[in-house]
Amino acid sequence: MGIIVNRDTKVMVQGITGRQGQFHTKLMLEYGTKIVAGVTPGKGGTEVYGVPVYDTVAEAVREHRVDASIIFVPAPFAASAALEALENGVKIIVIITEHIPVKDTIKVISYAKRVGATVIGPNTPGIITPGECKVGIMPHHIYRPGSVGMISRSGTLSYEIAVSLTKSGIGQSTCIGIGGDPVVGMSFVDVLKLFREDPHTDAVVIIGEVGGNLEELAAEYIVEENYSKPIVAFIAGRYAPPEKRMGHAGAIVMGRTGSAESKINALKKAGVEVAQKPSDVALLLRKLLRK
Amino acid sequence: MEYEAKNVLRSYGVPVPQGMVVTSVEEAYEAARKLKPPFMVKAQVPVSGRGKAGGILPANSPNEVKAIAERLLNTYIKGFHVKSLLIEEMLSIKRELYFGITVSRADQTYIVIASQEGGVDIEEVAEKSPEKVMTIRLDPWLGFQPHHARLAAKFMGYSGGALLSLENIFQSIYRAGMDYDAELIEVNPLAETVDGEFVALDARIIVDDNALFRHKELQERFLESLSPDEREAAKHDLAYVDLNGDLGVICNGAGLTMATIDVVHLLGGRPANFLDVGGGASPERIAIAVKMLLFNPKVKVILVNILGGITRCDEVAKGILDALKSADIKKPLVVRLVGTNEDQGRRMLSEFGILVVNDMEDAVRQAVEMVREG
Repeated sequence: MGIIVNRDTKVMVQGITGRQGQFHTKLMLEYGTKIVAGVTPGKGGTEVYGVPVYDTVAEAVREHRVDASIIFVPAPFAASAALEALENGVKIIVIITEHIPVKDTIKVISYAKRVGATVIGPNTPGIITPGECKVGIMPHHIYRPGSVGMISRSGTLSYEIAVSLTKSGIGQSTCIGIGGDPVVGMSFVDVLKLFREDPHTDAVVIIGEVGGNLEELAAEYIVEENYSKPIVAFIAGRYAPPEKRMGHAGAIVMGRTGSAESKINALKKAGVEVAQKPSDVALLLRKLLRK
Repeated sequence: MEYEAKNVLRSYGVPVPQGMVVTSVEEAYEAARKLKPPFMVKAQVPVSGRGKAGGILPANSPNEVKAIAERLLNTYIKGFHVKSLLIEEMLSIKRELYFGITVSRADQTYIVIASQEGGVDIEEVAEKSPEKVMTIRLDPWLGFQPHHARLAAKFMGYSGGALLSLENIFQSIYRAGMDYDAELIEVNPLAETVDGEFVALDARIIVDDNALFRHKELQERFLESLSPDEREAAKHDLAYVDLNGDLGVICNGAGLTMATIDVVHLLGGRPANFLDVGGGASPERIAIAVKMLLFNPKVKVILVNILGGITRCDEVAKGILDALKSADIKKPLVVRLVGTNEDQGRRMLSEFGILVVNDMEDAVRQAVEMVREG
């Protein structure tokens, strides 16, 4: 089953006729994701891999049930695409697009809260419930169905850890990339709450990095709620120099805040096992799951 | 930089001290003669904490200004070349305040920060005496309303006409911040003069680089603020950060790059750089990345760690080979290549005699050993 998306989720692709949109629509369809419609203004009436394309979201939702939208629209127009989906009642929005101005992202997230919708991203590889549904761009062959939930701020690093989990025989319930931008729709805490209620998730992996304090807030939450499921974390950027942006817009240590050390300490204090290297995550999980 | 932030604020109606930007000693002297003494001479570098680093000095006469200009121009402050100075009239200050607007990640919105104490590190004030600092979370659809501005002015201890003029100033700062897509706009200190006027003594605007497509005029300035290597990388959509070691690192994805650097350290190596080629990098982009490290004299060994999702391993291999063939410098290379089209990529590299490794840690270990063996 997994959280947020499952085998019954009906998906719309915004920006479906673009290079990335087309390519990943094909891969998602191959994985079994139920893609019911695409939207590209000016391309209404055409098809992409058998998926009907509309000019507006309004038309797409009139013709189909749409539970989730995945957005491949270029940064200058991505926020407007997200707002169009939200206004038309779509409740799950996955924004793959990188480099969206933070001012635009803030508006989208604030509006989504008002209408009770979930935003994943921006700057995310998306979400996958292995064996059932992928609304994202991750290389899906590296995942296996199982009982470990993954939450990550970084795409490729989450792939790295997924590869090593799968190799060690540890499958995943749902893997979510919350996104590498300073402001993102879902936080670690938001996803931890969902994993806590999910009967198919027995343990959780948190993949964090320098910048901001989402990991510290997760640690506070784990302590306050006396979180019942075991958690293993890896934090990237122990050696990131201060005030330098490490690739991700959100990965930057400012003054005393946002360092890997502060995140690692907070998580350790909350009883979370923190891995030194990506490959240690699988080892630590094995130990915890055996108990 | 300060003078640019002040120009912006002035154009939005925020009072700033009389001043002039100069780039030579002679200009500094002439500027001082046109302004009223005493003066402040301020080095224009894009970094905070200039004052403590000796970049802001008082002067009583044009001759003193000239002497200071001789001392400051073309020196370096916190690693930045001092190419210009701001010569300003010095004001008589009664009180220093702080006002800023920034993005709060945890709140997922903009927050306004108003402090009864300015002129110092605002984080320090917030830590030591939190009662002096007020934050207001903004609803992005409502923005910063006039009553928010009055709330902040009241909190700073003002009423009557002073409250109303602060309301105007705060609103103007907010408008400037939003119009320029600022991640941070701050006036620190915001000074109350002995005549009861409010003046922005220093100001800083950090524009969101993702929004530069809306501010074409700032694009050029953004590139100038980078080091030569960072600029070259930015032109090709590569994320580059200079580090101090001798092992060159190229990866795809920011998180994987950071993790690779961490593992290099753990296994006893010293990374020379952070270089993220991003997602779906073309052979051309890979080639540019490899060449950057080939030509970097600090780099003794190059480690390429790719986990291809959108990125295709055969294209990565082609990029690496193109770079090696076109440059006449030879350096040892360790490549870890996993993901889409990995078999093709590995074959291409092996045929050329390049070491291809399966596992990330193995790759790092071998690269670190190669550096050690020289």
